[in-house]
Amino acid sequence: MTQTTVDAPSKDRAQIPARTLRKDRYWLSPLTTFIVFTAWVVYATVRSMMGSSFWVDKYHYLTPFYSPCVSKACPPEAADFGRFIPAHLPFFLPYALISLPFLLGFRLTCYYYRKAYYRAFWLTPQACAVPDKSPARKIPGAYSGETRLPLILQNTHRYFWAIAGLISIVNTWDAVKAFHGADGGFGMGLGTIILWINVIMLWGYTLSCHSCRHVMGGRLKSFSKHPVRYWLWTQISKLNTRHGQFALITLFTLALTDAYVALVAHGAFSDLRIFN
Amino acid sequence: MGYKAKFRVWRGDGGEGELKDYTVEVNEGEVVLDAIHRLQATEAPDLAVRWNCKAGKCGSCSAEVNGRPRLMCMTRMSTFEEDETVTVTPMRTFPVIRDLVTDVSYNYEKAREVPSFDGGDVKPGEFRMQQVDVERSQEFRKCIECFLCNNTCHVIRDHEENKEHFAGPRFLMRVAELEMHPADVADRRQIAQDDFGLGYCNITKCCTDVCPEHIKITDNALIPMKERVVGRRYDPLVWLGSKIGVVKRGKETPKA
Repeated sequence: MTQTTVDAPSKDRAQIPARTLRKDRYWLSPLTTFIVFTAWVVYATVRSMMGSSFWVDKYHYLTPFYSPCVSKACPPEAADFGRFIPAHLPFFLPYALISLPFLLGFRLTCYYYRKAYYRAFWLTPQACAVPDKSPARKIPGAYSGETRLPLILQNTHRYFWAIAGLISIVNTWDAVKAFHGADGGFGMGLGTIILWINVIMLWGYTLSCHSCRHVMGGRLKSFSKHPVRYWLWTQISKLNTRHGQFALITLFTLALTDAYVALVAHGAFSDLRIFN
Repeated sequence: MGYKAKFRVWRGDGGEGELKDYTVEVNEGEVVLDAIHRLQATEAPDLAVRWNCKAGKCGSCSAEVNGRPRLMCMTRMSTFEEDETVTVTPMRTFPVIRDLVTDVSYNYEKAREVPSFDGGDVKPGEFRMQQVDVERSQEFRKCIECFLCNNTCHVIRDHEENKEHFAGPRFLMRVAELEMHPADVADRRQIAQDDFGLGYCNITKCCTDVCPEHIKITDNALIPMKERVVGRRYDPLVWLGSKIGVVKRGKETPKA
């Protein structure tokens, strides 16, 4: 009997001409992200460079985009942390020069935002099982992920997180100061509530950070030997499941808080007072 | 009530092939794999499909249904409109053997490269693991090795040349599991970055999205592992601490 052998099939991927066979509106989420993030960046850039309508003297409302206010152009009541930056700086340098670059760095290196902007802006990939559209796709070996400059700098996230924690303390102080009545005593208005909602959400975002989770207990090999840190890790882990939600919510609360303070400071309408 | 469903199934081998149209009877409660089996039993007896448990536990019937990486046995036909054409193709990242069957040996090669558990001097029976430590790695042990995560990961799906130096989410998760094991004495952070390509991961979470076991691969394995790598390689304070003896390091683990 003659023995025959069958050649092993060649090792090629299935040739499917269609770029993707997904039928759902997979492009909608990255498109929405693109629009929302772009609009937010434009708004935040304009407002932080505007240099006006950031402080309501009557009720001590300070917008988070100018906190801490350290320019010599800040009113003394708004500058609890000193005024040591010259009043006349180039227009692109904000009054809160010591906080905004770090807050920007914190969000740029955040694990949630990385996912969002890699999908929406860099299209690497736009959605799952949809081909990567980055220029690197056409050059074999060009995709290096986060292994080279500049993206290797994403590894600095824990330092930005630590600084963001300090800035959240400053924002909390701003919210405490917002309990300022028209007669100089205790008071409370809609602005106070908005500032507090914003600062609570900012704490939610800062504490739910993946770097925070790592520092609190994630870096341990054995939880059972460190019960306190394990407890902290479990609490942060609960928040961490909502990190993306906090990231988006704080975009809206920051813009809303700033817009409210700006409009009241500008005199567009007066603050709705609850007490004094 | 049954109905006639329209299917387009990729047929071919060695990479060459095409999408072919079929009409298959589908009954209430059935999944895509049932329809594929009925197709085998009727119109296309030579259709190749890999399957085993039909319960989402063996990880054999991985494919792409309407372009989305899925287990065919866990994809209910009721999720599609009756007049909708359901397209079934093999996983794109791996070479196709025939029809819906792919060669997933890349994954087994990567599995062999992961250094095994290193208990140090602990003898069998000496170590008792507490429940809180068990729970952490238990999540990763739910993996059924369907390789949908590796299939959908764009690092190798769109950049095939990375297969050599990127192990994919499945095996980076295995490295993380061992790195987090309280009795494992090895330091796997360097090899995670250098040999298994953790730095190529840009955490777009597609691995988590497609996991049929709902393992939080990105949040619980890849990001914690990235943070550990930062501590080993990119954090100047940790580096200083290790130089003055405040931070202790385990022994480096050579690649297997």
